[in-house]
Amino acid sequence: MSTTTTRDLARPAPAKASKARPRRGLRGSSTFNFWLFTSPFLIGLVIFVYVPIGWSIWLSFFEARFTVTPDKFVGFDNYRFMLDNNDFVGSLGTFTVFAAFIVPTTWALSLGLAMLVNRLRFLRAFFRSVFFLPTACSYVAASLIWKMSLFNGVRFGLANTVLGWFGVENIAWLANPDPPWYWLVILTARLWLQSGFYMILFLAALQNIPQELYEAAAIDGAKPGWQTFRHITLPQLRATSTAVILLLLVAAYQAFDEFFNLLSKTTWGRPPLVELYYTALGQNQDYGAGSAGAVMLTLLIVVVTLFQGRIMGFGRGDESK
Amino acid sequence: MSAMSSNWDRRSVLRAAAGLSAAGALAACGSNNGRSGGGSSGKSLVQYFHAYGEAGTEQAIKKYAKAYDKAAVTTQWITGSDFESKLFATLLTKNAPDLFEFHPQIQLVKSGQVADLTDIIDPVKDDFNPADITSHTVDGKIYGVRMIDDPQFFFYRPSLLEKAGVKVPTTLDELIEAAAKLTTGKVKGLFLGNDLHAVINPMIWSAGADTLDEKNQIAYHTDGVIEGIKKMRKLFTSGDLLLDAPADYWDPSALNQGLCAMQFCGMWAMPQFQQTLGDDIGVFPFPKVTDAGKPSVYNGGWSMFVNAKGKNVDLAKEYVKWLWIDQKKYQEDWATSYGFHIPPRTSIAQSATKLKSGLPAEGVKLFNEYGHFDNIGWTQAMITALEDVFADSVRKGGDPGAALDKADKTVDRELKKLFG
Repeated sequence: MSTTTTRDLARPAPAKASKARPRRGLRGSSTFNFWLFTSPFLIGLVIFVYVPIGWSIWLSFFEARFTVTPDKFVGFDNYRFMLDNNDFVGSLGTFTVFAAFIVPTTWALSLGLAMLVNRLRFLRAFFRSVFFLPTACSYVAASLIWKMSLFNGVRFGLANTVLGWFGVENIAWLANPDPPWYWLVILTARLWLQSGFYMILFLAALQNIPQELYEAAAIDGAKPGWQTFRHITLPQLRATSTAVILLLLVAAYQAFDEFFNLLSKTTWGRPPLVELYYTALGQNQDYGAGSAGAVMLTLLIVVVTLFQGRIMGFGRGDESK
Repeated sequence: MSAMSSNWDRRSVLRAAAGLSAAGALAACGSNNGRSGGGSSGKSLVQYFHAYGEAGTEQAIKKYAKAYDKAAVTTQWITGSDFESKLFATLLTKNAPDLFEFHPQIQLVKSGQVADLTDIIDPVKDDFNPADITSHTVDGKIYGVRMIDDPQFFFYRPSLLEKAGVKVPTTLDELIEAAAKLTTGKVKGLFLGNDLHAVINPMIWSAGADTLDEKNQIAYHTDGVIEGIKKMRKLFTSGDLLLDAPADYWDPSALNQGLCAMQFCGMWAMPQFQQTLGDDIGVFPFPKVTDAGKPSVYNGGWSMFVNAKGKNVDLAKEYVKWLWIDQKKYQEDWATSYGFHIPPRTSIAQSATKLKSGLPAEGVKLFNEYGHFDNIGWTQAMITALEDVFADSVRKGGDPGAALDKADKTVDRELKKLFG
């Protein structure tokens, strides 16, 4: 049922989305219309995505320091350098730890919030908005608030003030990696920022569950609470949950802002993008090594995505439904 | 059209492409380069400055620029902590500034990014502090005009030291001990900045070592430095160090707000310290780390460079000559009216009355007696390598020897690229 090739379009493929009027207008020269509608997108795609990707692959074989138009070919030297220094490989480990924590916690928290808000009789819109609002806050702004007022290391930081009531010494949340309190700062910041958005997704899904199912379950003797949640709500949310987890994973892969702003000048707590930033775009300006890392990261993501597609059937299209 | 796989591929690839392109399009939105139109008539220049913390600095730089009548000079005041990154990245693009302030680093010369300024400096070369000329010279050519010298040292409150019965530390051990004695419930003994990186070079010098030797080979990997790093680790874990303060070491607020009793900072903050603490403020250099070492002071500072790949190299050079060579009034104003800086030009330093007496004079004395200037061969990549050493073995408990070995690899790679 693909609609992405011209051959398919020649048949009245857009039957699904068809409304009588536009279809008639398009029929005459569908090839022309296809290019008319897709070319702005495709041009943007080529200029902003494929050219940079190609350029990056080209750069990765050159010694490109302080220039993006290098002339010294070095073969696989950059790749060897990136694999040799533990930083890049370590960053993949950091990402794994981060994803292992943030994906389940955000999933659980946003589902929990959605269930709570869904139960509300009054002020539902108010709470929905309140929980959703942090989504509108930028990661950079939130990081600065977390760093400078909530989790600063001096006695008037919020976290230290609260701990002070219980006689706990001031904690250096970010400077001292031992114990790794910085994870608490990073995870809470991200939880606060993103749970609201996924809560809305869950809320929509919850409202889509037919009431009859719950009634039928009640008649069959299912107890309200855990049993209903486990056997009715959760299975009905499966599609949404899968989507949410995928989105969360993607978001985790893209993690940059809070790590960059909260953990400046560390050798720990650097996910791949931060690591590559420091290699290629930061002070080093080593575009060759940075590109080599980016290419390897891309390959890795491709492999993981293909693998994931095989397992979860994601993107297999409508037939699999 | 074999049902599954081809269908799958096209869709997911398109979907991925869509996501990527959306991100790309968003990124392309931020194209505000600050050049308002550029103006079709008249010449224009763009200059980059990092954000100085002192009140009035931005206005001052813009005021000087406005007084120049041969070109419209636009100033970009770069806030945020990573001026280097922004500068290095922009220098590669068409939006690169025509002139910018930075520290002397040889990779900028080797990659042809900064213009040779020998011809404008030569006539007044003798008026400059010789060390400031040396630190900007490669193969006999001078690549930057020093605007200000900024010695960095410790500030302390004599009243607190007296109360705790502590003398001004002369060794790193004494500093650690003093920090412990000065720590009370509400006040930490010492503040070295949130990442401790400001004291890396002073610690190396005070351990009797150096970053690089005259032959541009590694000189920091010594037993004294390892001993120093171990002591720094002890200090870091002692609980006597102020960590995660809202402002970093270059800002005077940690000491001024009573969060600590001693703070590593720079000459620039001296007026603010004096304003808040009055006479209750003193200075001392980074104490010696080993018996073989000597106290040290890092004579940092800022210099003007001209972008050699810019469109207006000659005009930019003219502007640099006009402001930072000819306009001595502005140079003195810049060095002494906001934060305190030491003018690199002898004639101005001699007439700068504000630096002649009291605490500023003591700062100048430390600058002259213990100062180490920038080494142009010590580049950003090497600076970062040593910052990683500190991160790994001072803030984390790693082995200093191993961390230095790792840094050696990076620095050697860099040295090989720069000097062959």
